[in-house]
Amino acid sequence: MGESIVLEIARYSPERDAEPHLETYEVPLRKEWVVLDALNHIKDKIDGSLTYRWSCRMGICGSCGVMVNGEPKLGCATFLSSYAGRKRVRVEPLRYFPIVRDLVTELGDFLAKLKKVKPWLIRTDGPLLREGEYLQTPEQLDDYRQLSMCINCTLCYSACPVVGLDALFVGPAAIALAQRYNKDSRDRGAKERTLILAHPDGIWGCTFVGECTRVCPQHVDPAGAIQQYKVGSALAWFEGLIMPKKRRKTEDRHGAAAD
Amino acid sequence: MQQPTKVPHYTKYHPRWFRPRVSVYWWLGQWQYLRFILRELSSVFVALTVIMTLLELRAVVQGPVAYARFQHQLAKPGVILISLISLFFVLFHTITWFNLTPRAMAVKVAGKRIPEWLVAAPNYLIWIVVSGAISLLILRG
Amino acid sequence: MLRSNEAPLWALFSTGGVVAAFLIPVHLVLFGLVFPLGWLRPPTYEHLLGILRNPLAKIYLVTLCSLPLFHWAHRFRYTLYDGLKVKHLNELIFAFCYGGAAIGTVLAVYLVWRIS
Repeated sequence: MGESIVLEIARYSPERDAEPHLETYEVPLRKEWVVLDALNHIKDKIDGSLTYRWSCRMGICGSCGVMVNGEPKLGCATFLSSYAGRKRVRVEPLRYFPIVRDLVTELGDFLAKLKKVKPWLIRTDGPLLREGEYLQTPEQLDDYRQLSMCINCTLCYSACPVVGLDALFVGPAAIALAQRYNKDSRDRGAKERTLILAHPDGIWGCTFVGECTRVCPQHVDPAGAIQQYKVGSALAWFEGLIMPKKRRKTEDRHGAAAD
Repeated sequence: MQQPTKVPHYTKYHPRWFRPRVSVYWWLGQWQYLRFILRELSSVFVALTVIMTLLELRAVVQGPVAYARFQHQLAKPGVILISLISLFFVLFHTITWFNLTPRAMAVKVAGKRIPEWLVAAPNYLIWIVVSGAISLLILRG
Repeated sequence: MLRSNEAPLWALFSTGGVVAAFLIPVHLVLFGLVFPLGWLRPPTYEHLLGILRNPLAKIYLVTLCSLPLFHWAHRFRYTLYDGLKVKHLNELIFAFCYGGAAIGTVLAVYLVWRIS
């Protein structure tokens, strides 16, 4: 048997524990092993009661997000070898979420917020589906493509202090996904999303900490998307002030007042 | 069926979630958070510099004697120290502001978003030119 | 009241941030360090007064003082909300921050108006 590494894993049993505690497990330090492999090893060989989410183990399902040494990470994309020098690797459930059990977080609140911003194509006018597809130029695709890479892994929520401080804050991924559809040339739903986005609990709650963007495994830039929406909202507000008639039209796209 | 004697508050159909609380000192827990708070607090030193400018303006309004007295006060070691600390934060504001601007403004040329450094770089150039021009105006004479 | 005003307040914050980023450092360096430390001879009273009599300089000075104060008001408000977890004192913080910025603006206007 070769080298090994010690994992400190947060355990919480709703039946037994008042709060989570850390337990240590020693696992082989294999070059090709990621944190998720270590968790699977523990569940198979050491303690079958360890509870965590995972599915694709290739960074696309977004279910194995955990805090690794205080950083939100995908368990399947975080190699143990990069922590080889450390004595211990601490694995905890994603920060700022209620904990269901061990490493499993409660996603109901996130999913409700996600639904609120209507992250789907809204289109009531225009040709019917059977008359063919909506055409889009490569430039129009570029406008939103990076934002569409989001896998709902919620790492950005665990990175964002405002999410932790303000339970009503819509949060990075939901706002970025709203922008993904706002920027889609086929979509006409920007005005509907304004009510949720141009709101103190929406974009105005964001203080541009920028951590959401830093931890995103898909290189989405939620922080940038939110600031761009703020600029648009501010400009729309001024346009409305100077040209009240034009107000309705620009608000459709950016949304100024939440009144 | 025997029930265990010490059952914590348990909801039959609902797991008892643990809700972690965020400490008031959350911004001390992580370097990036601390850096963020310092960036936001740079605005306090921006405001201090404005207050210094307002006081200077008041001294000019009050006349040559008050102006000379104010110059003298600015040279006190304590005030110099405050100015030095302010300078650190004010520069921190300038640099972070310039570097974050391209994130908030997606500048496009011919349908393509231009790289972030290309949006940030002119800011630095303009900053140097403007600072030089203001210095010349104040110093001349 | 506080709800629908976020867009213009943010606009003040960001334009104030731009003004502060470009103009505040040079003023601080000159008046706070270079002149007091004697690295360069400060402008004479007459020279400064001459500059300040120009209406453009007056507009410049009001801008220099007012917008960065509104920048401060916004940032400081949110720093208090989040850094100290005191969002329940919303009205008080709001009045302190924007009241301060408004007083600073009035003072700047009054002072440049006094120069003749």
